[in-house]
Amino acid sequence: MTQKDPKLLIQPGPQLRQQMTTPVVMRDVWYALTPATLAGIWFFGLGAFLVLLACIAGAVLVEWYFAPEEKRGYFLGDGTAILTGWLLGLTLPPALPLWMAFLGGVVAVGIGKTIWGGMGANIFNPALVGRAFLLATFPIAMTTWTAPGDFFTIPSSLFALPLMTGVVDTVTQASPLGMMKFEHVDTPFIDLLFGNTSGSLGETSGLLLILGGLYLWWRRDLDWRIPVGILGTAIIFSLILFMVDADKYPGPIFTVFSGGMLLGAIFMATDPVTSPLTQKGTWIFAIGIGLLVVLIRVFGGFPEGMMYAILLMNAATPLIDMYTQPRVFGRELDQK
Amino acid sequence: MAKEQLAYDEFMKGLWRENPVFVQVLGLCPLLAVTNSAINGLAMGLASFFVLLGSSILVSLFKSYIPKQVRISCFIIIIATFVTVVDYTLAAALPVIHKELGAFIPLIVANCLILGRMEAFASRNTLRMSVADAFGMGAGFLFALVSLGAVREILGVGELFGIALFGANFEPWVIMILPPGGFITLGVMLLYFNWLEEKKNKIDKQLATEDGVN
Repeated sequence: MTQKDPKLLIQPGPQLRQQMTTPVVMRDVWYALTPATLAGIWFFGLGAFLVLLACIAGAVLVEWYFAPEEKRGYFLGDGTAILTGWLLGLTLPPALPLWMAFLGGVVAVGIGKTIWGGMGANIFNPALVGRAFLLATFPIAMTTWTAPGDFFTIPSSLFALPLMTGVVDTVTQASPLGMMKFEHVDTPFIDLLFGNTSGSLGETSGLLLILGGLYLWWRRDLDWRIPVGILGTAIIFSLILFMVDADKYPGPIFTVFSGGMLLGAIFMATDPVTSPLTQKGTWIFAIGIGLLVVLIRVFGGFPEGMMYAILLMNAATPLIDMYTQPRVFGRELDQK
Repeated sequence: MAKEQLAYDEFMKGLWRENPVFVQVLGLCPLLAVTNSAINGLAMGLASFFVLLGSSILVSLFKSYIPKQVRISCFIIIIATFVTVVDYTLAAALPVIHKELGAFIPLIVANCLILGRMEAFASRNTLRMSVADAFGMGAGFLFALVSLGAVREILGVGELFGIALFGANFEPWVIMILPPGGFITLGVMLLYFNWLEEKKNKIDKQLATEDGVN
C-alpha cells in the first residue's frame, strides 16, 4: 500500500522502482483475457456480454460496499474485483439468468474474498467460490448449455425476474465434456481449438486462452510452472488411461482442450494469492490439480472437475507452503 | 417495581442482548441440523423452550438440596426427564414432525445451552429470576431457529410454513436446504448481529463523549 506522505523514507543507494504493482498485473490479465472473452461473445452473442457485465457489477458492488469509505477508490482501482467478476463470468453458461450471475459476483467477492480480510487474505480463488456456490445452488441452470448461435439473439432466460426460473428458448446442446462422459461422443478438435462448441462462455476457445497465457508469461505475470505442471500431468495421466482403453477414456488432446482446463490452468490456478510460494510447492500444487481433474472427470460423478480440483488444492496450499519452506541460508535443515 | 424491572431485563437479555445463538453461539448442532424449514425450527425451538423452562424451575427449586459435587449429573437427569416428556408428547401428537426431527429431540439432553443455563443461572438464582431467564433464553433460541429455518425455507423451496410464496416459476436455491446453506445463513446472520453490536457500541461511545463535553 503506498502512502501519500510516508512517515519514514529510506533511500540507500540508487534504486530501481518496481514496475510490477498489483494494478499493473491485473491490467495485464485483463488484456490477456480479452481475446478469449471476445471469442465467447462472438460465439454466444450479446447475451454472453450481459452475463459478464452482471457478474462484474455484483463483484464491484460488494467490493465498493465493504471497503472503508476513505479507501474505496484504492480498493476498486487495483482492478481485482473487476477481474474476479470477469473470471467468474467466463466460467458461467451463456444463458444463465442475469440475477444469478449478479448473485454469483456478490458471493465471489463477499464470501470468497472480503470475509477473509480482503485481497491477499483469501484461501480460495474468489471467482471459483462464486461458481461453486452457483453450481450448488442452481444445479439445473448452471448445466444448461446453449449451442453457439446468432450474435444478436439474446436468450430470454437472461431476463428472468429475480428468484424466478429462466426459460431457455435457444438451442440447448450438451457440452463436449458431457457428451464424452454420458454419450461417448467426441467433438472435432478444430471446434475445441477455436471455441465453436457449447460450454461456459469463456472456456471454449483453447487457442485464444493459450495466447493469453503466453502474453502473461512474456510479461512475467504468471508462474509458468503451474499451467505446465497441470497440463503435463493431465496429458500423461489421460494418455495412460487412453492407452489402457481407448474406447472408454478420452484422449489427452480432448482432455486439455475441453471444458475449463485451459481457463483454469492459465488464469485461475495461477492466482498468486491462493497458490504456493516456493517452486517445489508450485510443482506439487500443479501436479495435484492435474491428477484431480482427470480423476474427477473420468471416475467422478461430474463431467467437469477443474473447479473442484483447483479449490481442493487451494485448501492444501498452506500445508504445501509449510512443508516446502527452503532452508534458511547458512543453517541446517532441522534448525528453525 | 424494581424486581419487575430486573425480571424483564433477564428476559430481554436472553432474547436479544445475549441471544444464545447469535451472540453466545451455543447449541449449534440442533440449530444447523433441523432448520431446513421454518416449521421444523419452530417445533425444535418449542421443544427446547419447554425443556429449558421445566428444568430451570426444578433446578432453581432444588438448588439447595443438590450436592455441589454431583450437580452436573443431577441437572442432566432433570433435563432428561423433560426431554423424555417432550419426546413422547411429540411422537403421540405430531408423528410427522417427530420423525423429521429424529435423533435431535433426544439430543436436547446434551444441548450445551440448556446445561449452561442450569449451571450458570438456575442453580444460583431465585425461582422468579430463573423463570425469566429461561423464558428469555428459550425465546431467543426459538427466535434463532425460526428465523434461520424461515430464511432457508423461503430461499430453498420458495415456501414459508409450507405455503408457496412465489408461484410456479420459482427457482429453488438447492444449497439452502443442504447443510452448507445452514452454515452460510448462520454465518451471514452472525455477521449481521456483530455489525449491529459494533454500530451500537459506536453510538454509545459517541453519547458518552458528548456527555463528557457537556
